[in-house]
Amino acid sequence: MTFNGWIQILVFCGIVVLLVKPLGGYMTRVFSGERTLLSPVLGPLERLLYGAAGTSERDEQHWTTYAAAMLFFNLAGFLLLYLLQRLQGSLPFNPAGMGAVGPELAFNTAVSFVTNTNWQNYGGESTMSYLTQMAGLTVQNFVSAATGIAIAVALIRGFARASAKTVGNFWVDMTRATLYVLLPLCIVLTLVYVYLGVPQTLGAYVDAATVEGARQTIALGPVASQLAIKMLGTNGGGFFNANSAHPFENPDAISNLIQMVSIFAIGAAMTNVFGRMVGNERQGWAILATMGVLFIAGVAVCYWAEATGNPLVHALGLEGGNMEGKETRFGIASSALFAAITTAASCGAVNAMHGSFTALGGLIPLINMELGEVIVGGVGAGFYGILLFVVLAIFVAGLMVGRTPEYLGKKIEAKEVKMAVLGILCLPAAMLIFTAIAVVLPTGVASIGTPGPHGFSEILYAYTSGAANNGSAFGGLTGNTPWYNITIGLAMLMGRFLIIIPALAIAGSLVMKKSVPASAGTFPTDGGLFVGLLTGVILIVGGLTFFPALAVGPIVEHLAMLLGQTF
Amino acid sequence: MSHSKTASIMDARILVPALGDAFRKLDPRSLARNPVMFVVAVVSALTTILFLRDLATGGESLGFSFQIVLWLWFTVLFANFAEAVAEGRGKAQADSLRKTRTETQARLLANGDRARFKLVPGTSLKVGDVVIVEAGDIIPSDGEVIEGVASVNEAAITGESAPVIRESGGDRSAVTGGTQVLSDWIKVRITAAAGSTFIDRMISLVEGAERQKTPNEIALNILLAGMTLIFVLATATIPSFASYAGGYIPVIVLVALFVTLIPTTIGALLSAIGIAGMDRLVRFNVLAMSGRAVEAAGDVDTLLLDKTGTITLGNRQATEFRPIRGVGEQELADAAQLASLADETPEGRSIVVLAKEKYGIRARDMGSLHAAFVPFTAQSRMSGVDFDGSSIRKGAVDAVLKHIDETVTAGGNRVGGEAIRDIRSIADEIAKAGGTPLAVVRDGRLLGIVHLKDIVKGGIRERFAELRRMGIRTVMITGDNPMTAAAIAAEAGVDDFLAQATPENKLSLIREEQAKGKLVAMCGDGTNDAPALAQADVGVAMNTGTVAAREAGNMVDLDSDPTKLIEIVEIGKQLLMTRGALTTFSIANDIAKYFAIIPAMFLAFYPQLGALNIMGLETPQSAILSAIIFNALIIVALIPLSLKGVKYRAIGAGALLSRNLLVYGLGGIVVPFVGIKAIDIAITALGLV
Repeated sequence: MTFNGWIQILVFCGIVVLLVKPLGGYMTRVFSGERTLLSPVLGPLERLLYGAAGTSERDEQHWTTYAAAMLFFNLAGFLLLYLLQRLQGSLPFNPAGMGAVGPELAFNTAVSFVTNTNWQNYGGESTMSYLTQMAGLTVQNFVSAATGIAIAVALIRGFARASAKTVGNFWVDMTRATLYVLLPLCIVLTLVYVYLGVPQTLGAYVDAATVEGARQTIALGPVASQLAIKMLGTNGGGFFNANSAHPFENPDAISNLIQMVSIFAIGAAMTNVFGRMVGNERQGWAILATMGVLFIAGVAVCYWAEATGNPLVHALGLEGGNMEGKETRFGIASSALFAAITTAASCGAVNAMHGSFTALGGLIPLINMELGEVIVGGVGAGFYGILLFVVLAIFVAGLMVGRTPEYLGKKIEAKEVKMAVLGILCLPAAMLIFTAIAVVLPTGVASIGTPGPHGFSEILYAYTSGAANNGSAFGGLTGNTPWYNITIGLAMLMGRFLIIIPALAIAGSLVMKKSVPASAGTFPTDGGLFVGLLTGVILIVGGLTFFPALAVGPIVEHLAMLLGQTF
Repeated sequence: MSHSKTASIMDARILVPALGDAFRKLDPRSLARNPVMFVVAVVSALTTILFLRDLATGGESLGFSFQIVLWLWFTVLFANFAEAVAEGRGKAQADSLRKTRTETQARLLANGDRARFKLVPGTSLKVGDVVIVEAGDIIPSDGEVIEGVASVNEAAITGESAPVIRESGGDRSAVTGGTQVLSDWIKVRITAAAGSTFIDRMISLVEGAERQKTPNEIALNILLAGMTLIFVLATATIPSFASYAGGYIPVIVLVALFVTLIPTTIGALLSAIGIAGMDRLVRFNVLAMSGRAVEAAGDVDTLLLDKTGTITLGNRQATEFRPIRGVGEQELADAAQLASLADETPEGRSIVVLAKEKYGIRARDMGSLHAAFVPFTAQSRMSGVDFDGSSIRKGAVDAVLKHIDETVTAGGNRVGGEAIRDIRSIADEIAKAGGTPLAVVRDGRLLGIVHLKDIVKGGIRERFAELRRMGIRTVMITGDNPMTAAAIAAEAGVDDFLAQATPENKLSLIREEQAKGKLVAMCGDGTNDAPALAQADVGVAMNTGTVAAREAGNMVDLDSDPTKLIEIVEIGKQLLMTRGALTTFSIANDIAKYFAIIPAMFLAFYPQLGALNIMGLETPQSAILSAIIFNALIIVALIPLSLKGVKYRAIGAGALLSRNLLVYGLGGIVVPFVGIKAIDIAITALGLV
């Protein structure tokens, strides 16, 4: 580990924290329907859209209506994206002449983009036409992110409102998230990326003669625009197969820093939106602090493991950390940091190959995802995810202060606990059950790149990434098979909607409750004690669930390495 | 009843029958009430079958399997035992109550005529029947005194042997079946049919027969069931992970891991905690009609307390004599003492005492003075004495002035405006200080004022400060005028007061607080308290109170001591804290259990994982066995804590939580590491594995 490496990590954290208040304040105004800087321009457009859709910002929805609207919208998005892939051969904007995508792969990809996962069992430049990329994938990049934000805002309203019935209007929240938050920021970021050298063209691929005289096809496309939303919306689906390790998708250290910051920006600001809406910004900071503690701990271990490298390699006289699978223009610190960010935030973009990390270095991305993507997490998704843990933590700890548990004045009772447990249960269910089946199924094992515990990690990582809606891959595993296309698709659906529905149910139940004023007997949830408690609950619940799986994967691999055995 | 109050946890009279009950509770219908223990019982049954199969076919390591099966069953039995011990204490109380419910003969009155009754069995009485109960009789059923006054021994229900007075009208008209009339007679209208009397309800409450899960208990059960499911996932997927690595894990080992991971500690003790909470109230002589009320007590935000009897010592006392100008203190004291000689009220007696202590005026004999006592009436609002053509009156200032006006028109001496001004200014001064002014007049001549003071109970100010630290707001309820109320409120240190309280504004105060999302507790005894008692989240009715009040409240205080509200709140908090603390402890335990079992489990095919055996346990088998033995024994070790409850301290929620997290969270992580290691050493030394 170097001083320079730590400076990079601290600069990143500093920028994210500085952005929390301004972005949080802006988003709060947007979702409260107040005037913002962009209202004169976007206001008329917004009203036009509501008029066309036959809704209005005053049409508030009960949580069930809200959930139904969300499910309907996502189903429609899935069907559209599936058809686009299947029919792309006969549709325009296809200069490279890509044929129809196979049914299992199309299913997997459609689910992947609708659920904000962006697990890619395909290579973008060799599979998808420009139309599929832009009208299909990029559109879902926006609306899947907007869906996540909308759900988080609905849940926040559950805490902020008292004795009410409705949690907002899905169509309005979705429109505002896209129009006021994602689009303007993406336009700015796209221009910045273009300035930094990222291509943005609808022209055909370029053929070039290399220095050795060989012919090489250089893939191009509307990269910058997709890159902007891929990061900001924590989608992670790369335009190119190599994702942000590709020089056209991440040219230098500056673009790398901007990408990392934009992964965390909205997710971190969401905590501030929460604080503002419930009338106490400290509540938001407490949650962000919890995320921060878990994040820094993860980065530290990952960076340490990568910087320490492999003792077996050292024995051969090669000094230094583990550079396998890393881009030299980013180095160890930035690669470890990127890996921690992208898995903490359910983004899934990568600038290095996680499968090439040391066993412990690769353990951190796995744990980040297994904890439920609550360390900042996917836009919106991370926030409603961590609130499920908050419900559990408050329930147990609240009892210990001698009152029936309450959070922000709302009593946490059987219904909330039931829904939180359901939401938290669905992730290990998807991750562990599918892994358990795949590791004994010949079709499952056949896809493994490296046998032994590392191969086990490859499969565990694939389902973990899918269920956590992360989308990053460990590498090594051949994912584009009917078995993996379908099962990872199912894992992604479980990890998305089986959390959203309970989260909305909690919102619907809380919104009806009276708000109990805080007193000296109320456990303060805006201080260090709460941060410690929440961190502990997340680690213990997550850690206990996955300890056996991690033991026979990365942990045994690490211990074996120390004894001189590699896989 | 008073004997069983002192029944300790380790009382053999409770422990021995509880052992039998632990086996009786293996009945699946009883186990099904508790999801976690039901799961343990099911897997224990399964492993027993597997063990028997292995025994028949001659499987490997039968001794080890046998011990695991044995400890699995112990886990279930220990849980049953905990519940049985908790119930046992209630049963002992129920038994002593049952003894009072002896068959009685009732004198049923046909038409209200005292002399004409027929003897019928007590159990045949219907609601509305009127019976006569005479000295020495047992009151046949719950009822209301409609005529007469009698002293009654209520030791059967309160454990207090001093007799109490029960009389018709007023707030002391309720009588309880099973209590005994000691003197005089009363006519009682029966208000409860056989089988639903107060004692019947008490028996079923303390026995736990009517026990239903409370809302918080249900929520906690859901959480525990969820944790159990998570560990089903974590353990059920292990065989396939093992098979990938080319290994095999015996079912018995998986079951051992599963049972140690699921929250058996809190699952086993949960119902014992609930029963013990009710039981603690009973030992405080408070009967909660439902567990829900006990939980609500822990959540109380606002406490409504009656001034009289709770905050002040019930009766006002004379503290000084304030004569008007031109009258000597001695003269006033003398007149006041004369007027009070025959006045048996505590106020009257305190005047006599003050006159003696401060002015040396000795008590005189009313008879030798030829004096006639004029008692207090609601119309005159005065009392006094007439003798030798002279008359002395004492009473409320307004009443006394009105009395003077009347005597003046009747031709008495004129009272100067100055004297009236003087008396009013003294009266105002006393009222502002929270006292009650009592004017004294002799033969139409104003003498001055006796200052009666409400004496605030010693230590009550500290209690309120403690409540404030618990986050509870106290509101004093009083019929006094706002000025007097404010002064006493300030002296006692309550947060707020409701002066000139009526049943209506008491009720609306409760509704206002509840509209703000607060939970309100109050106590009351009169029939006019009933609506407020019913509206309050925790309504404690005094046992001396009316039937209506007892029906409306969700708790009954057998000692009729309103200060107990404070203890009731603490018991509620203690109940919730104990649940939280043991849940935290139970979950924190899992870390050590993983470190014991995981390396042992995978050692055959991943020997590298031996590095995780940080406790240095002897063999894989001893590691697994130690974990499961610890898991079972910790239940027994925690039974006393679950019955006694975690101590509540009024130190603020944050400090309380960090304290409990340190003890039960951190303790929960550390204790099993030590415990499992110790058991490992022991069973290795004993050669059990």
